[in-house]
Amino acid sequence: MRFTENTHPILDFKRGAPITFTFDGVTVAAFEGEPIAVALHAAGVRTLATSLGEQKRPRGLYCAIGNCSSCMMVVDGVSNVKSCIELVRDGMVVETQHDKGAL
Amino acid sequence: MIHTDLLICGAGPAGLCAAIEAGAAGANVLVLERGHAPGGQLVKQTHMFFGSEKQYASYRGFDISDILLAQMKEMPNIKLVCNTTVLAAYSDDGIWTAEIAGQTPNDKPRYEKILPKAVIVATGASEKPLLFPGNDLPGVYGAGAVQTLMNQYGIKPASRVVMLGAGNIGLIVSYQLMQAGVDVLAVCDAAPHIGGYLVHASKLARMGVPIMTSHSVKRAEGDGKLDRVTLWELDENWQGIAGTEKVFAADALCVAVGLSPLSELLWQAGAEMLYVPALGGYVPYRDENLRTTIPSIFVAGDVAGVEEASSAMVTGRLAGLGAAQYLGYDVIALEAKKEDCLGQLQSLRHGHGGRILEGIQQASL
Repeated sequence: MRFTENTHPILDFKRGAPITFTFDGVTVAAFEGEPIAVALHAAGVRTLATSLGEQKRPRGLYCAIGNCSSCMMVVDGVSNVKSCIELVRDGMVVETQHDKGAL
Repeated sequence: MIHTDLLICGAGPAGLCAAIEAGAAGANVLVLERGHAPGGQLVKQTHMFFGSEKQYASYRGFDISDILLAQMKEMPNIKLVCNTTVLAAYSDDGIWTAEIAGQTPNDKPRYEKILPKAVIVATGASEKPLLFPGNDLPGVYGAGAVQTLMNQYGIKPASRVVMLGAGNIGLIVSYQLMQAGVDVLAVCDAAPHIGGYLVHASKLARMGVPIMTSHSVKRAEGDGKLDRVTLWELDENWQGIAGTEKVFAADALCVAVGLSPLSELLWQAGAEMLYVPALGGYVPYRDENLRTTIPSIFVAGDVAGVEEASSAMVTGRLAGLGAAQYLGYDVIALEAKKEDCLGQLQSLRHGHGGRILEGIQQASL
């Protein structure tokens, strides 16, 4: 959920232009200036990747500033994109990353 | 190859203040910032700062960032480049390399070599992780991530939160969550006392948030995402006491157990380092001007020892003054400015049971 001026006591959030992108084939609404993982979080998505190895444990947003690598996704066909700092763009194709990805 | 008087790695509060001081003295300054925008963690600090007016007390963090950037923009000899990560320091020839990110994931990044006459490393710190079963579940966050979601991007991060850590970050983020209508179920800390300022703790206590000292997390559980957090009491040896478990239905667990300096560049450059727990981990030996054991390399902010943004601004100013002096610029009223900064640090570091001051003493040349 995104805050509005009525739901946050201090901040008045100025958002960029509305855009859409796809996440695993589903269209998601977002605003310019938002990182991918932030837009997905607002849309209720919590799992961004799965762990390597057999357990395939879900991986979500952890640090949100590009330090921890928990949020790596496949973006426009490119693996290992840190979705917490990569800004979303109109028409972007975002996918959950299930393996170590190709270079 | 880019030539500059002074390379500053990081455009947080320390890097910006360092650039302003060195720029005012006349140095050509190149500030490189890995993020999309300058300001570091200031941009998500919605609380009013303490300290004195010299550290912008009573201003909110994001306003301080704007003030510093406005000052910097008036100096044409300071160049700020974002989306650029300083990758490496080569001690043999003094060259530093940086990666300039592409516009999209499909654009190849560019690489540049930089030959600075002096460098200020102001890379900040990263959040420490904590080991416990389930710590990898989505819904377990560094406290800073929740602050980023909420304060920088205006996203409600969760509905019911458990906070691990009663230092200033844990307390402040908890208060900001409550302000934003998020229920903070409990703040716990493994230590037997509250580590942060009591003024922050009192605000939470008045809002009815329990602060559980000598408590830590036993496990986090959930089906694909966090659903439950189990806390338990710790004995005097910091071991969990069976039978004291309390289970909270939470959709977020925030880890605020301290920061550790992002010191990789200093290791690469060959600066002598020392492990100082009170300063968050390995930090460089430094003199009063924040100069490391390498004469051309200075440090500022959390990478020199984890403190607060207020102290980071002052150490940034000292490093900027020191670097300008090293570069041969004539700094007006240099000694008076340094004295002023050192006085500010003395009072900012007065609290914390003297731990910060002792830590700095250990790492001082």
